[in-house]
Amino acid sequence: MRTRCVAGAKTTEPNPGRWADAAADASPYPVVVLGADGGVLRTSESARVLLGDLPPGRPEAVRARLPWLAAAHVALGTDGVSPDAGSGDRHVRGRLDGRSLEGRPVPGADGSVTWWLLDDTDRWRAERELARERERSVFLAEASNRLLASLNVERCMDVIVLEAVRGLADAAVAIGPYAGHRLKLVSCVRGGSPTAATTTHPPDAVPGLAEALQGFPPVPSRWIDPAAAPTWLVPEGFGPVGSMAVVPLPGPGVPAGALVLLRHGTRAAFDESEETLARIFAARAGAAVSSARLYSEQAAITETLMRELLPPTLRHTCGMEFAGGYRPASEQNRVGGDFYDVHPATAEQSDTLAVLGDVCGKGLEAAVLTGRIRNTLHALLPLTTDHQRLLNLLNRALLTSHHTRFATLVLAAVRRRGDQARVRVTSAGHPAPLVVRADGTVEQVPTHGSLVGVLPVVTSTTADVTLGPGESLVMFSDGITEARGGPLGDQEFGEERLRDHLAGCAGMSAETVVEHVQMIAAQWVGAKRHDDMAVVVVAMPRGAHLSMTGGSGPGRYTA
Amino acid sequence: MTAPVRGGTSGTAAAGPPGGDAAAPRDWAEELWAPVAAGDEDAAADVLLAALESGVDAETILVDVVAAVQRQVGAEWAANRLSVPQEHAATAINERAIAALDRHPLVVAARPAARRGLVTVACIDSEWHALPARILAQVLSLHGWRVDYLGAQVPTQHLVEHLHRTAPDAVALSASLSTRLPAAHTAIAACQATGTPVLAGGAAFGPDGRQARRLGADLWAPDARAAAALLDEGLPRPARAHQPVDDLPHLSDQEYTLVTRSRSRLVGTVMAGLDDGVPTLRGCTELQRQHTVEDLGHMVDFLAVSLYTDDPSLFTGFLSWASGVLSARGDLALPLAPALDLLAAELRDFPRARALLAAGSATVPRPPGPVGAPGDADGHGQAGR
Repeated sequence: MRTRCVAGAKTTEPNPGRWADAAADASPYPVVVLGADGGVLRTSESARVLLGDLPPGRPEAVRARLPWLAAAHVALGTDGVSPDAGSGDRHVRGRLDGRSLEGRPVPGADGSVTWWLLDDTDRWRAERELARERERSVFLAEASNRLLASLNVERCMDVIVLEAVRGLADAAVAIGPYAGHRLKLVSCVRGGSPTAATTTHPPDAVPGLAEALQGFPPVPSRWIDPAAAPTWLVPEGFGPVGSMAVVPLPGPGVPAGALVLLRHGTRAAFDESEETLARIFAARAGAAVSSARLYSEQAAITETLMRELLPPTLRHTCGMEFAGGYRPASEQNRVGGDFYDVHPATAEQSDTLAVLGDVCGKGLEAAVLTGRIRNTLHALLPLTTDHQRLLNLLNRALLTSHHTRFATLVLAAVRRRGDQARVRVTSAGHPAPLVVRADGTVEQVPTHGSLVGVLPVVTSTTADVTLGPGESLVMFSDGITEARGGPLGDQEFGEERLRDHLAGCAGMSAETVVEHVQMIAAQWVGAKRHDDMAVVVVAMPRGAHLSMTGGSGPGRYTA
Repeated sequence: MTAPVRGGTSGTAAAGPPGGDAAAPRDWAEELWAPVAAGDEDAAADVLLAALESGVDAETILVDVVAAVQRQVGAEWAANRLSVPQEHAATAINERAIAALDRHPLVVAARPAARRGLVTVACIDSEWHALPARILAQVLSLHGWRVDYLGAQVPTQHLVEHLHRTAPDAVALSASLSTRLPAAHTAIAACQATGTPVLAGGAAFGPDGRQARRLGADLWAPDARAAAALLDEGLPRPARAHQPVDDLPHLSDQEYTLVTRSRSRLVGTVMAGLDDGVPTLRGCTELQRQHTVEDLGHMVDFLAVSLYTDDPSLFTGFLSWASGVLSARGDLALPLAPALDLLAAELRDFPRARALLAAGSATVPRPPGPVGAPGDADGHGQAGR
């Protein structure tokens, strides 16, 4: 893109002055010949037009009119460039009366230098515009990255004002749509941090603001008279406002709010390209804040619906420890097809009932059915303490519903008497629970039965188990025993391995056993896919901590 | 996994209560150790409450007593004096003792109104050691922070969702085992991508925090007290969102990916090679075999994490620990030197892995004579001694 200097003829001819004068006057470029002292020796006609009258032999006159050229001339002399040396890379550029000039030196034998002056104002303007454009692109790219980073509305508003003061204005105020009767404001002054506030002031006082907040009728960004701005809009400590603009933040379909940009008096109002920049920025900010708003609304809905489906936090009750742990098959869902519940003893029912079950399928759909089963079971509890009957009632309820899924479950009715607990355990198509004895022996509970939701009648056998101090009943879903992984990659975890690990868990609290089983299983599967994994442990506290019997907390310091 | 041997005693000097018996400060960590090791929950809580009532402040109890005892639990496990379930039980006792402490009126009264911002405290995905994070959560709330404590093993996706929903001022991520560092890296980058600064903590990040810096965490603290002090000083501007691979350009050689992906195959092949070359392994029981296979898996995991971080000390550190503890286990265990040779043969096309294995070989004791040669009674290395 460099302009080639075609007038690079060497001035070593005899009687160079006359030749140069003639050649220079005929040249399309202005020419100034400076002596070794920096004063003007000769100027061409075009140079006189360009520079005005420069008195000959007065270096200070050159320094005043063309300081950059005078400096380059001195530098050239100091460096001792010989007249024969190439001078192509000694170009200098500088300004003169709003134009840009390039000076190309041709050193003479007598220490004088002929400076050819090329007017490259257009190139200079183009370059300046390009540099600004690049700056804006970089600003927009960085701003977009930061805007898209968070799906949190408050964080997003903070980023909007921070970015606005970084690249657009001396202060910025982002105004969100109404929350109740209040407007939410986030303001930031350059160099400061965003501060949030709310106001009940009507937005009508600011021209264009009410429309921008409603999203209708569509309004362009507009400059407003700073004097008309209400004081609540100007960030504290900003001082006098020079200029002020209201830019709507458009969201897809919904108004996302408005952005108010403020500049100090010393800075001029926006030029056209800056306004374009502000508009593009506002469009991206609006899109980001509406995405964040949609996300938080969805997240709130999901959370509300999910709360019922999440496995409950089990508490110690009736002198026994209950603990449960759950790991859904996919990380996307926090819920899945396994479920558990503990229903503490009541006046009508002297047993505490622990339930662990597994609905065929996984993910959200299975979770919805687990919710139904849990509710149904809860409703049926007062009717009967007989497991067989309970399972058949549940079976009937499942058969009549339009769901085609079935479930397996295990019931454990626990009652503590002194130093012993009697547990009636019934499995309906579910892996039989294991009992960890105080000496580390692990026994399988002899119970089996058919699954629920398929056949007209459920048949099952109930086993009676007695737990002494430090002994526990471990109920688990097949997601644990059928987990594939291990050091060799594709081995099944298996009940044998589970028993081995449980053998080391004698005398431990219910939570510890749950955590241990969960950890072992998680380590076994590693990063591989796995089914839902649930485990519930009922433990008789070791040593008869009387304090544990009445309390509902995990220890005796519940006061 | 190489926990400091003992950290409790130094803290107790600082814990000397202003009005207490200065002549004979009680070594609370020492007192807590017995009930924790014995699994006596009530006695453990009694020690903490006695310390509190004698004038030791809650932060000191958490950092200099409970955390110190927990470090000892780790050290005892590393030295093979505690089984994994026992380690779990001891940790659970500590957790419950903290809960008891938390409910004590003196602690409730000492907790300031939440006047600072919100901090999310979580263990990274696949990290089960929740106690350090739990202690940090307690200490931060004692400093007036609002704390969201998410517990152990938080999938990164859930963590990010939580950050979007709650927009905390910072997130504190805990990781204890070095092999979790790749998962920690993912979590750190994901949190930073939401514009949340990350404070990293836990043994996995190294005693000097070098792994935290390597993985691009904004802050690192050696313990809960230092972490709280850092956050109290003021939060850093969130780091510019970046791609995790920018932190670790060496990952472009894909050695980590390929080794991780072929983990099961490597373990299988090396085990078969050991069966052929180490006669003493032939007579071992199924359970011993299982242990050997598991240990091989750990070896490959540590090799992988060394490849990920480009830090050989993680792999060599594992090997020198394993040389000690596997011999302490007493039964027939993983013969390290032959296993390293077999791995090196499998990974001959991977220059970084090869260099790591060579460095590893230099740290494990070599049996005399040709490795695994027929008739070499000591062919399984140091483990049988």
